[in-house]
Amino acid sequence: MAEVIKVPTMAEYMAQGKKPEVLFWVGCSGSFDDRAKKITKAFVKLLHEAKVDFAVLGTEESCTGDPAKRAGNEFLFQMQAATNIEVLNGYEIKKVVTACPHCFNTLKNEYPVLGGNYEVMHHTTFLKSLLEEGRLKVEGGKFKGKRITFHDPCYLGRANNVYEAPRDLLRKLEVELVEMRKCKSNGLCCGAGGGQMFKEPEPGNKDVNIERTEQAMEVKPEIIAAGCPFCNTMMTDGVKGKNQEDKIEVMDVAEMIANAHDL
Amino acid sequence: MQLIAQIAFFIVLVAGIAFFTFNIRRVIRNIKLGRKIDRSDNPGERFAKMAKVAMGQSKMVKKPFAGFLHIIVYLGFIIINIEVLEIIIDGVFGTHRILSFLGAGYNFLIATFEILALLVLVGVIIFWLRRNVTNIYRFIGNELKGWPKNDANYILYFEMVLMILFLTMNGADYQLQLNGADHYAQNAGIAGSFPISQFLLPWFEGFSNATLIIIESTAWWLHIVGILIFLNYLYYSKHLHILLAFPNVYLSKLKPLGEFDNVEAVTNEVKLMMDPDADPYAMPAEGAEDDVPEKFGASDVMDLNQVQLLNAYTCTECGRCTAECPANQTGKKLSPRKIMMDTRDRLEEVGNIINEKGSFEDDGKQLLDNYILREELWACTTCNACVEACPIGIDPLSIILDMRRYLVMEQSAAPSDLANAMTNIENNGAPWPYNQMDRLNWAKEN
Repeated sequence: MAEVIKVPTMAEYMAQGKKPEVLFWVGCSGSFDDRAKKITKAFVKLLHEAKVDFAVLGTEESCTGDPAKRAGNEFLFQMQAATNIEVLNGYEIKKVVTACPHCFNTLKNEYPVLGGNYEVMHHTTFLKSLLEEGRLKVEGGKFKGKRITFHDPCYLGRANNVYEAPRDLLRKLEVELVEMRKCKSNGLCCGAGGGQMFKEPEPGNKDVNIERTEQAMEVKPEIIAAGCPFCNTMMTDGVKGKNQEDKIEVMDVAEMIANAHDL
Repeated sequence: MQLIAQIAFFIVLVAGIAFFTFNIRRVIRNIKLGRKIDRSDNPGERFAKMAKVAMGQSKMVKKPFAGFLHIIVYLGFIIINIEVLEIIIDGVFGTHRILSFLGAGYNFLIATFEILALLVLVGVIIFWLRRNVTNIYRFIGNELKGWPKNDANYILYFEMVLMILFLTMNGADYQLQLNGADHYAQNAGIAGSFPISQFLLPWFEGFSNATLIIIESTAWWLHIVGILIFLNYLYYSKHLHILLAFPNVYLSKLKPLGEFDNVEAVTNEVKLMMDPDADPYAMPAEGAEDDVPEKFGASDVMDLNQVQLLNAYTCTECGRCTAECPANQTGKKLSPRKIMMDTRDRLEEVGNIINEKGSFEDDGKQLLDNYILREELWACTTCNACVEACPIGIDPLSIILDMRRYLVMEQSAAPSDLANAMTNIENNGAPWPYNQMDRLNWAKEN
């Protein structure tokens, strides 16, 4: 399949004098990381499938500043926020969807005080709403009956109390959903947050992603479902670290839905 | 003799309360060393949260066994304090069981106190076993070695002894009433109902009334003096949570846990930088040259806000935060409980300097490095597990973030990989060195 998917940009919409229903905020990981790009594409396919009128910022998008803020660099965060808000407000954006919980949290919670007020949704919540509106059909397909556990991203779960949307989607896929010992508000971090993604871990006796992978392995899943590109990376590395890559796959919920549709 | 006892009681009571008040005023003074923070918003929601989380112990029961035992001790503490009211009135006026005119209601109350006292005693013994015999992760952390471990045990011993004294006092009293001893026996019959202490009666068999009176009044005195000592011990221990948990939950963060506070000073700077009309050669406003430039982040307790300092005094070192911390579980130095303990200990140190010298003088120490190590701060994943785990709304993460802000904005002391990521964000809008102009390339790839 060598087809190139159509991804309209805000600039194109603007040139045509149109406004999309929703802005898809891709995020750095979704734009540049090879693994996360697959999630981005899967989500775009679903948007097309559901006939969602969407656009991306493309080259006008820039890091939300999340890692800078959590590393303590408030200056850099606010510089990023100020430029992004200028772009978003310039396009009169009202609604944003993103597949990255870090972007989601920052756009939703930390931009309003700086002048950026948007309705921000995580892609799992957005997909669930498409489902409820009857615009998207989710059926089990090849995932039916598969044993799957969902790893809660900290910035989706504890940080913003979104626990059920991704699980509801997985249930629609007719999977056998199993919960880890540590899940939902007690979920263990994958180890990437707070800027850890971009640095070596401090000295310890284990990496956090290995600990979390071991917790996942306890429930013997065929797939670890994730809702965050960073968790995805950490869990994929963890599964490799435990030599389980032949047995356990790590997939984003959006990828699973797209795969079930053979998109 | 009776009058002397009354006077002695009154003096002990006033001294006990006065000394406690004196120390609590120091706690308040120390908390006020922190930066002001406005948490006067949403009083209704705050009160509801306090009712649910602090009074209702809703987060305690997330660990059902420990939570259940804690509720027993908590209820016992509150309800048995009604009896302390009677003890104080009796002590001051030389009366005996002044509230006994309540009749059946009184019997019910005393019976309730007795049953609770026994349950508390059992609960506290189990707590002691959990701490000292079993191998529970959160009770064996490094930061608990030495004084904190002893402190925790002293509190448990205090509670055990107080409950035993209470029951002994009641048992001896009951026996004296049965014997028809002066001052104890009442015309209306037996005052009080003693479902637990009645089992102590065989031990008192054959004792003369004089001996029983000594036992009863000794237990009575030790019990009330013990309570006053315990009250004053609070300040020197981790146990202040029995009072501070309530304001602490009330003042805790209501916003989503993922929303970190905005630094307004930075917002103003950024606005000025982005403002095309800003005059770069403008004279500073009148008097502005006297303004001390604001310090970004926190390197010592005075840089933290007052709620963070209240958090530090409120922490009772239960370690639920540390047990949930991904960094701690994987052997890193970070322990959110230690962050709170260090903050409190440093604040006490600063407070002691003020006690001695009248005002704070630089002692060459600070919270950063002397207490909290950089390695601890950089181990945090900001996952909020510690904040979620705390049963009384303490936020160790906010302190970690403020200290990171100091390291990065005042000292440019981020770990080098992280500093590189930030440089990338600054230069090309992503934490990795990819060109911003390539941001949409994924759409053209297969």
